Amino acid sequence: MKLKRNIAISENGFLFNPETGDSFLLNPIAREIVNFLKEGNDVADVKQLLFDRYEVDLVTLEKNLEDFLEMLQHNELLDR
Amino acid sequence: MKKTKYHIAVTGLNNTDNPGPGIPVIRGLRESKDFDVRIIGLAYENLEPGIYMPDMVDKAYQIPYPSSGMNTLLKRIEYIHSKERLDVIIPNFDAELYTFIQARERLQKIGIQTFLPTMDQFEERQKANLSQYGEKYGVKVPFSKTITHRRDIEQLKDSFEYPLLVKGKFYDAYLAYSAEQVNSFFNRISAKWGMPVIIQEFIRGTEVNVIALGDGLGNTVGAVPMRKQYITDKGKAWGGITIQNDKMMELTRDLIRKTKWQGGMELELIKTNKNEYYLIEINPRIPAWVYLAVASGQNLPEALVKLALGLNPPPFSNYEVGKMFIRYSYDLIGDISQFGNLSVSGEM
Repeated sequence: MKLKRNIAISENGFLFNPETGDSFLLNPIAREIVNFLKEGNDVADVKQLLFDRYEVDLVTLEKNLEDFLEMLQHNELLDR
Repeated sequence: MKKTKYHIAVTGLNNTDNPGPGIPVIRGLRESKDFDVRIIGLAYENLEPGIYMPDMVDKAYQIPYPSSGMNTLLKRIEYIHSKERLDVIIPNFDAELYTFIQARERLQKIGIQTFLPTMDQFEERQKANLSQYGEKYGVKVPFSKTITHRRDIEQLKDSFEYPLLVKGKFYDAYLAYSAEQVNSFFNRISAKWGMPVIIQEFIRGTEVNVIALGDGLGNTVGAVPMRKQYITDKGKAWGGITIQNDKMMELTRDLIRKTKWQGGMELELIKTNKNEYYLIEINPRIPAWVYLAVASGQNLPEALVKLALGLNPPPFSNYEVGKMFIRYSYDLIGDISQFGNLSVSGEM
């Protein structure tokens, strides 16, 4: 599961999908996840990076991450 | 080096909330790096805003409506030509294109060039022929049917699901949820645009558009896809953004290659959530949002003039993605003397 290559994210969390013209405002954690994906990390890497960085139990992290990835998928931001 | 100055006549100066392409076309022409222009505005109405906008038209002339016939229109053009020595005319209204396409050779004889689709290209993409068009060129189109009488409305439920679209042959489209609504829209549209009225399957999805210019030999000189960001109650884009979309570009190039399209065009497409593209309409002219293409690196009005003059412009290879346009309204102040001049002498 990879972020589409041409997705543009500004420093303030404004994401633009040049393929569809859609734009989104990301909160800080969403921005972090999207940037991890953009750097080429796979989902397992992202999970580990977040787990190392935040005080969170694995189940909550997995659930929230999965929800967010689904949201990205729904908005055509991921390569299938 | 001194640039050549071309005298170019442009229609579609109705820069209203449902704007014609005249003013953005003129803006593109005035930004040409290769030639200078004298712009002659051709207006149907005295209050077309483009006539009064500063630095847009150098001179404006009233012209008769296409319904008054080709000879009447040509007589007026010949008079304007005698005063202005026109090089090119860019007609920008769907309703006038038929007459200008028919008049192509007569205009050419007196030294005025156009760059419009052929009559066959113009006719086969008519909304009423969209189903056959889709089949012929391998493009997905919504199912559509033409009707000419109110009694046909009751039978629509056999071949359509509601809601469906009721469209005029040139302009206007309404979404109808029942036969009663179809009836009301049918009356409204047929009174305004005549017959037939087109009934079209409603495809759910996002509306996206492509502006393109074909050289008449099958080559795409330029193309820019756009997503509407804000749509007025008339369904017109009030804001839009250029996008990067290979599927839309391929569909456009393919269509121009197969049809050998000549002139400007706008493809109106619906992208479904299954990522399929349906062609819902082809406008056989430059659309009103052409200045977005100019601003993103493709001066299509300039290229169209070059094509009309046989100058073979090189094709555009790219454009800037993420360029936006936002329309606005602004009160111009004029003087009654301007209006008076135009009303009395038909020129200003």
